[in-house]
Amino acid sequence: MTAYLAKRLLIGLATLVVASVVVFAVLEILPGDPARLMLGMNATEDAVLALRNELGLNQGIVMRYLTWTGGLLSLDFGRSYTYSVPVIELIRERSAVSLPLALIALALSTAIAIPVGVFSAARRGRPADTVAMGASQLGVAVPNFWFALLLVYVFAVWLRLVPAGGFPGWGAGLWPALKALILPAVALALPQAAILARVTRSALLDVLGEDFIRTARAKGLPRRTVLWRHALRNAMLPVVTIMGLQFAFLLAGTIIIENVFYLPGLGRLVFQAINQRDLIVVEGVVMLLVATVIVVNLLVDLSYAIVDPRLRHRT
Amino acid sequence: MSNPAASAPASSGFLARAFRNRSFAIGFAVTAIVAAMALVSFFWTPYDVTKLIVADRMQPPSSAHWLGTDHFGRDMLSMIMVGARNSIAVALVAVGIGMGIGVPLGCWAAARGGIVDEVLMRFNDLVFAFPALLSAIMITAVFGPGSVNAIIAIGIFNIPVFARVSRAGALALWPREFILASRAAGKGKALITVEHILPNIANLLLVQGTIQFALGILAEAGLSYVGLGAQPPMPSWGRMLFDAQTRMIVAPYLAIVPGMAIVVTVLGLNLIGDGISDTLDPKLRRRP
Repeated sequence: MTAYLAKRLLIGLATLVVASVVVFAVLEILPGDPARLMLGMNATEDAVLALRNELGLNQGIVMRYLTWTGGLLSLDFGRSYTYSVPVIELIRERSAVSLPLALIALALSTAIAIPVGVFSAARRGRPADTVAMGASQLGVAVPNFWFALLLVYVFAVWLRLVPAGGFPGWGAGLWPALKALILPAVALALPQAAILARVTRSALLDVLGEDFIRTARAKGLPRRTVLWRHALRNAMLPVVTIMGLQFAFLLAGTIIIENVFYLPGLGRLVFQAINQRDLIVVEGVVMLLVATVIVVNLLVDLSYAIVDPRLRHRT
Repeated sequence: MSNPAASAPASSGFLARAFRNRSFAIGFAVTAIVAAMALVSFFWTPYDVTKLIVADRMQPPSSAHWLGTDHFGRDMLSMIMVGARNSIAVALVAVGIGMGIGVPLGCWAAARGGIVDEVLMRFNDLVFAFPALLSAIMITAVFGPGSVNAIIAIGIFNIPVFARVSRAGALALWPREFILASRAAGKGKALITVEHILPNIANLLLVQGTIQFALGILAEAGLSYVGLGAQPPMPSWGRMLFDAQTRMIVAPYLAIVPGMAIVVTVLGLNLIGDGISDTLDPKLRRRP
């Protein structure tokens, strides 16, 4: 197991290095000179040149890459051209919206999906199962941003229960801030919950066909105990894998959802930065998101050992 | 799922069996309607989608405009038809890119094993580490927004998916006797892949193809919603939803119509995928 994890860790690191090269290279070919963009079209050649020097844009490409990655390692992501603050400040500020949003959405989707999946598997083929799986089939097909629009229409415009968009900041108090995140989180969570419920159901059905389940029932254990304690635990491997993958989808989903709700999160930051050619912000945020995905996948691998003790002794 | 495929006569073809599956039949009918709408839009739409008639703006559904008109007075039904063409084209070509590159890579990895396999699969992990939508936004930001770049962006992320599926399918086949027999007969790995591996993983690829097709439609809608997909005046479902966002208080149908179009299309494709895998693996349904 240790050797396995060491290998995964190494692969994760290598992926991160290659990812940094890709991100850097892709944004190198982005048209538009950031120095000229910052100063406007009327700036003199001298002023542009001076700013290019200040930003280090006149250095060779390899040198710039090394300076940038060296900075990343010490959490120095550089300074934003447009906001004139360190990128790490921007990231910290915006993460305070995106991270809670993604986590609430993940919690919501898990809280909905696992009970529905278990419920459906236990009633396989009966009307309740058909209805639940029909609903999940629909949930998979709904684009989250459209669902978000419908939620805004019903709960913000019609019932006036929650704000239609914007974020008051955590300084405004826990409840107003949470209220602003409820609809975005629900919009993000629903399609993911639909997928997770289907995975849970099919993983459980696989396990329920096994001999040890029959043995557990035969020795007189109640159905409920067998289902939740014996079967679900054994079905968790694929479920946890999908949850890890979904975290990446949730992070990416925040990019669009934050635009629907005008939330000042990482997604909106990266989107605006691309439009303003604020490369250093884009690079920083993309690398952070990629690193998060890699770390989450590592954690998923680790969690296999918790879910399935047999794997702890495998090398 | 009432009629097990086991009752079908042994001689009937795969399609005939698939049509006896309820999911497949419904999904096929829905998808056929959407595809027909897209095809008809090439030579006929109820109204011209590039013509702005401001006097007719934001009219609710009526006998003249079945699905109403938008804020420029364009007929929504005509826009949905042309939008269907756009969505299907983007998603279909993206699946083609994914299959065209991913399947050979996956088959190659399975046939060669060793270092080739390891490198290709690590490359797969790399692409998977980028949240697809984020990378699509980066690609369209670099090369400019538009349908072609949306296709490339979505297509790139289909490559590792098809590589993985075809590799897994091929790996399961290589140790089988009929493959061993071909090898003993002196056939090369490339020939065996074409003659025996590909036909045997075609069904797997078909199922994955419908899933990626559906995901492609969702991705295209997302990209055009944030302004990175098809550009005006070309109508697209995602763009229609963006335009509807600020106007849905006075005209909710503006948001409901394109959203329903997306849901129905994706649902149809997913039902087809489910139907095919049910038909291929009837024991999944008959198991107690």
